[in-house]
Amino acid sequence: MKHVLGVLLGAATLLGTAPSIAQTTLTIATVNNGDMIRMQALTNEFTAKNPDISVKWVTLEENVLRQRVTTDIATKGGQFDVLTIGTYEVPIWAKKNWLVPLDNLGADYDTADLLPKIRDAVSASGKLYAAPFYGESSMVMYRTDLFEKAGLTMPEKPTWDFVIDAAKKLTDKSAGVYGICLRGKAGWGENMAFLTAMSNSFGARWFDEKWEPQFDKPEWKKTLSTYVDLMKAAGPPGASSNGFNENLALFNSGKCAMWIDATVAASFVTNPKDSRVADKVGFALAPNAGLGKNANWLWAWNLAIPAGSKKTVAAEKFIAWATSKDYTKLVASKEGWANVPPGTRTSLYQNPEYLKVAPFAKLTLASIDAADPNKPTVQPVPYVGVQYAAIPEFQGIGTAVGQQFSAALSGSSTVDAALAAAQSATEREMKRAGYIK
Amino acid sequence: MARRVTARRIWVSTAAAWLFGFLIFLPILWMVLTSFKTELEAFSMPPKFLLFHWTTENYVTVQERSDYLHHAVNSLLIAGGSTLIAMIIAIPAAWSMAFAPTQRTKDILLWMLSTKMMPSVGVLVPIYLIFRDFGLLDRRAGLVMILCLGNLPIVIWMLFTYFKEIPKDILEAARMDGATIGRELVYVLTPMAVPGLASTLLLNFILAWNEAFWTLNLSTSDAAPLTVFIASYSSPEGLFWAKLSAASTLAIAPIIILGWFTQRQLVRGLTFGAVK
Repeated sequence: MKHVLGVLLGAATLLGTAPSIAQTTLTIATVNNGDMIRMQALTNEFTAKNPDISVKWVTLEENVLRQRVTTDIATKGGQFDVLTIGTYEVPIWAKKNWLVPLDNLGADYDTADLLPKIRDAVSASGKLYAAPFYGESSMVMYRTDLFEKAGLTMPEKPTWDFVIDAAKKLTDKSAGVYGICLRGKAGWGENMAFLTAMSNSFGARWFDEKWEPQFDKPEWKKTLSTYVDLMKAAGPPGASSNGFNENLALFNSGKCAMWIDATVAASFVTNPKDSRVADKVGFALAPNAGLGKNANWLWAWNLAIPAGSKKTVAAEKFIAWATSKDYTKLVASKEGWANVPPGTRTSLYQNPEYLKVAPFAKLTLASIDAADPNKPTVQPVPYVGVQYAAIPEFQGIGTAVGQQFSAALSGSSTVDAALAAAQSATEREMKRAGYIK
Repeated sequence: MARRVTARRIWVSTAAAWLFGFLIFLPILWMVLTSFKTELEAFSMPPKFLLFHWTTENYVTVQERSDYLHHAVNSLLIAGGSTLIAMIIAIPAAWSMAFAPTQRTKDILLWMLSTKMMPSVGVLVPIYLIFRDFGLLDRRAGLVMILCLGNLPIVIWMLFTYFKEIPKDILEAARMDGATIGRELVYVLTPMAVPGLASTLLLNFILAWNEAFWTLNLSTSDAAPLTVFIASYSSPEGLFWAKLSAASTLAIAPIIILGWFTQRQLVRGLTFGAVK
């Protein structure tokens, strides 16, 4: 009897000490990059202000995350409360009603401060469906010392002719220095991100207004032959397997005179801890062919709430915190202004402290401003997106076309054969999906 | 007449075996070395083999960012649980097929193997829906079940081939002495098949430990094993090679140690019945 009483008393004491506030646990799916890891480390600041919310992180590699999150949202699995998704997914998922519109981000959130191009990219029918956490475009990063030695001056808005000429002059294969490093690895987010952006500057487009594929047009031939010829003359060996990381490694170890890639790379190549050429890097806008469009893309990682989540209030609170101006200040106070997530807010680019430590800030902003997802190329298109077409079929088509173009770069196929194969593959998929007859 | 083996031949084949072994081991060695480099040295060209600034900072970062122990315990429970259940089901199944075959036994064996012929991603959505409806998403029990089912055909096949090597006469003798099927299984068959059982057990454990498709897709945080832990360090934008190597080294360390201690059984089991 005594024992029973003791057990009951013990249980009552335990119950008494249980927290009186009901805990909401948010499961947040995110990608592995520097800014996201920093946010993960700063979560305590959020939970200290919101003691009724706790946070669980699921960090995955970008492509694994995309598959994982798509499966969950399509089946309404309800495993995640906050998702990290790209600008490609937002319009598609919003249309399918897979995302909760973000209407209650708070009075002081200041939606008007979001960069207009980025805000457009994450909105559908005037509503914000995701909050941008960090945004990027692409630009030219070049070695100032090599340019000086060769007597070349990089213009702020270089043309393709200048870039091709400079790349050839700067190539010194015996010293292991290559004029230009570009993506060659096949994939819709790999070589096709670069090549689609490049094709925009040459006036090419994926589809015409009736969704007919356009790879048989002269603009695409010009794009692909310029790319292949340039890489053969001035690119590093084995370029067809190079993606962002491989080119970053090459550039940081001093093997590339120029590299055209994501603006987010600017902070890596200028960081003396990661780069051997940190103090010898200059920046310029992505090249153009005189047609009014530069070869740069637009991308943002955004936080969104899946329609299946039962914790939308807490999730919205978290998103408002992580994408607010105050969060930027928090990162600056803990890790310095150079480490704040770039490319989402106008106020950041007016902040003199940020401009002082980020020499690439002005060009990042100019690059983002120069990309227009609603009018990505010279001719009209039926799709949204600069380096992709925001339709569900694009991932598959983009990768299939990317494989053809990668083969043309490696020499196992020709430019003409690759374009013909890309045209027929895209036509087949678009017919199957019912866009064309 | 036996072939004469010259000393030179022995030397050459030994050297070739070592070279081959080293080549197979090289990627793992490289991964371990990279885990002790800084991110800058991890991609330096020409690569640095041993003469670099050794650091353990990657291990410290990995520890700070993730809960290794949580993932390791999950891996242990999921791989161990699925292996044990698979063995419990597979031993009687393989016994019946090896010692009491019917006309359809071969068809059944082939049918079981055919379930492995389809890529897993083909059934991802139906399995995900079943898991969702039964509340098994992000549950260790769910992962134990799916890995057990996934490996079962291989386990039954392996055990079947081992059991086939055991002379039927011995089992008949046991039966003559009045042993029941249960006693025959436990006291006669199992001890004779120990090398085969051990290697099947180990191989199945390794397969379950390394399984990355289902574990990545059906778990989020509570049940996430070491495969999820590794996937969180891979990135297409940003250099995390040294940290990824540190995470991978930590993830494979337990299984390598296990393999090291049990290699005798593993090799004996895999060559069991090869020479009569």
